[in-house]
Amino acid sequence: MKAVCWHGAHDVRVETVPDAQILNPRDAVLKVTATAICGSDLHLYNGSIPTMEQGDILGHEFMGEVVETGSEVKNLKPGDRVVVPFAIACGECFFCQSQLWSLCDNTNPNAALLETFYGASGSALFGYSHLYGGYAGGQAEYVRVPFADVGPIKVPDHVTDEQALFLSDIFPTGYMAAERCELQPGDTVAVWGCGPIGQFAIRSARLLGAERVIAIDRIPERLEMARQGGAETLDYRDGDVPERLREMTGGMGPDACIDAVGMEAHGTTLDAMADRIKHRLYLATDRPHALREAIKSCRKGGVVSVPGVYGGWLDKLPFGAAFAKGLRFGMGQTHVHRYLRPLMERIERGEIDPSFVITHRLPLEDAPQAYDVFDHKQDDCIKVVLTPHS
Amino acid sequence: MSTATREFRETYGRRPSTKKSARSVNVGDWERAGSTGLGAILAVYGLKRRSLFGLLLSGVGASLVYRGVSGHCDAYEALGVNTNRPNAHAGGVRAQQGLRAECSETIRRPADRLFRFWRQLENLPRFMAHLESVAPLDERRSHWVARGPAGARLEWDAAIINEEENRLIAWQSEPGSGVSTAASVHFEPAAGHRGTVVRVSLKYDPPGGKAAARLADLFGVGLEHRLKEDMRRFKQLMEAGEIATVAGQASGPRSPLIRAIT
Repeated sequence: MKAVCWHGAHDVRVETVPDAQILNPRDAVLKVTATAICGSDLHLYNGSIPTMEQGDILGHEFMGEVVETGSEVKNLKPGDRVVVPFAIACGECFFCQSQLWSLCDNTNPNAALLETFYGASGSALFGYSHLYGGYAGGQAEYVRVPFADVGPIKVPDHVTDEQALFLSDIFPTGYMAAERCELQPGDTVAVWGCGPIGQFAIRSARLLGAERVIAIDRIPERLEMARQGGAETLDYRDGDVPERLREMTGGMGPDACIDAVGMEAHGTTLDAMADRIKHRLYLATDRPHALREAIKSCRKGGVVSVPGVYGGWLDKLPFGAAFAKGLRFGMGQTHVHRYLRPLMERIERGEIDPSFVITHRLPLEDAPQAYDVFDHKQDDCIKVVLTPHS
Repeated sequence: MSTATREFRETYGRRPSTKKSARSVNVGDWERAGSTGLGAILAVYGLKRRSLFGLLLSGVGASLVYRGVSGHCDAYEALGVNTNRPNAHAGGVRAQQGLRAECSETIRRPADRLFRFWRQLENLPRFMAHLESVAPLDERRSHWVARGPAGARLEWDAAIINEEENRLIAWQSEPGSGVSTAASVHFEPAAGHRGTVVRVSLKYDPPGGKAAARLADLFGVGLEHRLKEDMRRFKQLMEAGEIATVAGQASGPRSPLIRAIT
């Protein structure tokens, strides 16, 4: 089969590899009909995630048709159209049973490695380094799906691939970020970052009753897409963001702040420049400029929700401000499994059509160019969908 | 003394002496003779050189002589090494000998189910990576086959020495079986209906001696690490019904270096 393989920083290749196969009783094999490149795949592309190995198959956003099931998979049969959560969960451990699916105890064969760094390991992820289990990803013609009896959800006939695909990651991720804000009528939400997660956070906040959403970015087409989703927008290059947010909210600050940027923030302020220099000199792991602004901007007693990914140690985080203002924090990988059904229903009811975010549609063979264009944010690229069997 | 250690001792029903004589003999007979001889030569040679280096050398020689005559080596003590071993001994692991590892996991399954699986000792190789097979010989005794260090094949007989239904299993190697090992597993209800806390204590007298085992520990392949990995697989098997793996999955061409080390 054909698959997108990682070979080093800025080096991905479409190669012919052995076919995906069943390895465990709860596995299934899918014929992939659509797969997307995630913003977090760019961390791999840039070589900033350790424990990648040459030949690793990329991709954690995918859907397809069941072609084979293991002996313990009773709920799926060949021919079923399904979309698959990016986090691999067993469904049986304390965490899965507590609906904390992305913190599953039992799916990462390399859990010991993550324990060394973080004290504990969460669930394994598809196509996202050996630290996270080393599972082959879905940017391929076929993919092995472990624990297929609890992960994949069937897609109704009247929902298209492009509508269903983003249930694998970015729609639930944006939705969980907004849900964590515990929105009340009249609330204002500020969203840092108008990439795909930010776009879904904006629309989810509206769906969950936010009166105003203020989106922050610098790229015109992303700000435009945010406006189409019902947000007011700020270009962070035009002046102090916390100050302007205070002005826009009658001096109070937003009720909730969502950091949909994460560890590789850009910015024009002094702290953002210091981050960049320290990062260059290997003196810092993360550049938490957006998180600092979110903490500074948030109103007293408000919520800071962090869907953006952080990996290491964060410098000069104003924790004193967070304490003084009594902020609440919520963060972590998305518990995709618990959102699949409710969000599929919202799609079916026509409350949202997730395909709005797609800007590029390409065959799998074009993956190397697609990574390059997405990485450089060329050609107004926001979201790329690859079709392996077109 | 930790609860686990105390339990370990209660389990095996003997209490190793905790008082160590300050100058115990921990160097073997042949080594003592060698140490004395080499020390004497160095001391004489060093003194004859009539230099600072010579003085130093004779100092080293003198301490080697002392080590040989007294049979005690501080460096060995610090490393936990003892080359003065009697050849034959009883089953299990002698007091003050061998390595010890402990590990706990909370498993979301009732104790009786975990106990039953574990008590079928032939199940152990399904999650204990170094075991090839465990075959029951009778109600209490069993024959074990394992892969030892550097691919060596180890075989021994073990016997269950203590058992309480759904609470405890303890076993140890039998006298003269060539491998010295003792272990126990406790099953206790976890707080808050979270299943069962499974606690394993393991003692093992490694063929390569303590120093080699400590070295392995430094590289994360030691007893403690292996026990933790075994227990992780046990939890996966009991909760998820299978052990998570990527062995045998598709990938693009690997670099030769990666292929060599995996």
